[in-house]
Amino acid sequence: MRFLRQSWSVAAKDLRSEIRTKEALNASLSFSLVILLLFSFAFDPAAEQIRDFSGGLLWMVFAFAAALILNRSFARELENDCLDMLLASPVPPAALFLGKVSANFVLLMAVELIALPVFGIFYNVNWGMQAASLVLVTALGTWALAVIGTMFSALTVNLRLRELMLPVLVYPMMIPALMASIQLTTDLIAGQPLAGDSFLWLRVLVAFNVIFTALSVVFVDTVLLG
Amino acid sequence: MREKILYALAAIAAALLVYNMNQIFLVLPDEKDQGAIYRIIFIHVPVAFISLLGPFAACVFSLMYLSGKRLQWDRAASSMIEVSWVFATVNLATGMIWARIIWGIWWTWDPRLTSMFTLWLLFGGYLMMRASIQDTNQRARLSAVLNIFAAVNVVIVYKSIEWWRTQHPGPVLTVRDGGGMAPGMEQALWLNFLAFALLAAVIVLVRMRQQSVEQEIEAMRRYAHAL
Repeated sequence: MRFLRQSWSVAAKDLRSEIRTKEALNASLSFSLVILLLFSFAFDPAAEQIRDFSGGLLWMVFAFAAALILNRSFARELENDCLDMLLASPVPPAALFLGKVSANFVLLMAVELIALPVFGIFYNVNWGMQAASLVLVTALGTWALAVIGTMFSALTVNLRLRELMLPVLVYPMMIPALMASIQLTTDLIAGQPLAGDSFLWLRVLVAFNVIFTALSVVFVDTVLLG
Repeated sequence: MREKILYALAAIAAALLVYNMNQIFLVLPDEKDQGAIYRIIFIHVPVAFISLLGPFAACVFSLMYLSGKRLQWDRAASSMIEVSWVFATVNLATGMIWARIIWGIWWTWDPRLTSMFTLWLLFGGYLMMRASIQDTNQRARLSAVLNIFAAVNVVIVYKSIEWWRTQHPGPVLTVRDGGGMAPGMEQALWLNFLAFALLAAVIVLVRMRQQSVEQEIEAMRRYAHAL
């Protein structure tokens, strides 16, 4: 119970400071709109096949936009030695980590829930048919992105090449989760319900989340404290 | 003593490789469908095994490092990753050459190829991260955690292969119920696996010694600086 309260206070702190400045949120949102625009030059946006790879496009936007938020997750604590203070406080590193993951999850979901309808409007994709399932899949995929991203943000926080290393490490790690999310999103947008083959990918996504959340909670002590 | 073991292992690996190359190129006949190019399998597959085994062996050493914080375990883990990364590169390159001749294309986004490429990128990132950290203990600690994450991910990536349509030839070895290879050819493949495994072990040992000397020099440099 105490653990959850500590996580919550870290998450609340992160969200409060983000809502006051809106730096990462604005950057991430405008960046995702720019990528959506760029995609329209990469291929014919009016083509019928758009539905076949809409899931992929959407998750590429999410993954790229996420890097902007995740990069700052731990790096912003470097100023005024905030990270050292957080680690010296009675909050265990695992609670600190889960708090940051939750804050990042909320921020990423906010960006995605804005980008999703915009994507639907610009590319004439009907995402509203199975909105509930789509939100579920988005939430699962985003949790994976938040866990891996926050963990690697902690891992790279003291590196010289922090901003460069994070995407290089995060995207290959994310491949199984992104694969599953893309597959599921494409199916849902095409109007197929969550059944049969889709369940397999849902299981992959859930398993990925469970495994890496557990691993991160176990190893975040080692990463932050040594 | 350690040096003698190293030389002995290297000598055995070299002798075995020479014997295998003779078998593969001069003794074994061409394959009936693919012709001479099939011989690439004797390099492609053993090298793939080693590049897949390496990260898991390294993962064990990373865990040992994290529990005991002894730098020699970190040197073992990182040397294994380096060697398996090079072997993965060889695997991708030989696969491309084979694919160009048999499939007519250099690359296809078949899951098995994709997952090998993913593994290559994952551990490429590991090596890049190691190169960017100066402090020996910090480097050891962070790369151990990264290695554990990457090794777990390899399993998930590899499992997802079986759930996508695959174009890659199915298993040919009897251990995986393949049974699609002539006995003489399969024996040559296993022998070559042994040769490459020995070669990999020798390179890993050499790299471990190199790193240990490197760290010793670094410590001396710091000491001299402090004086």
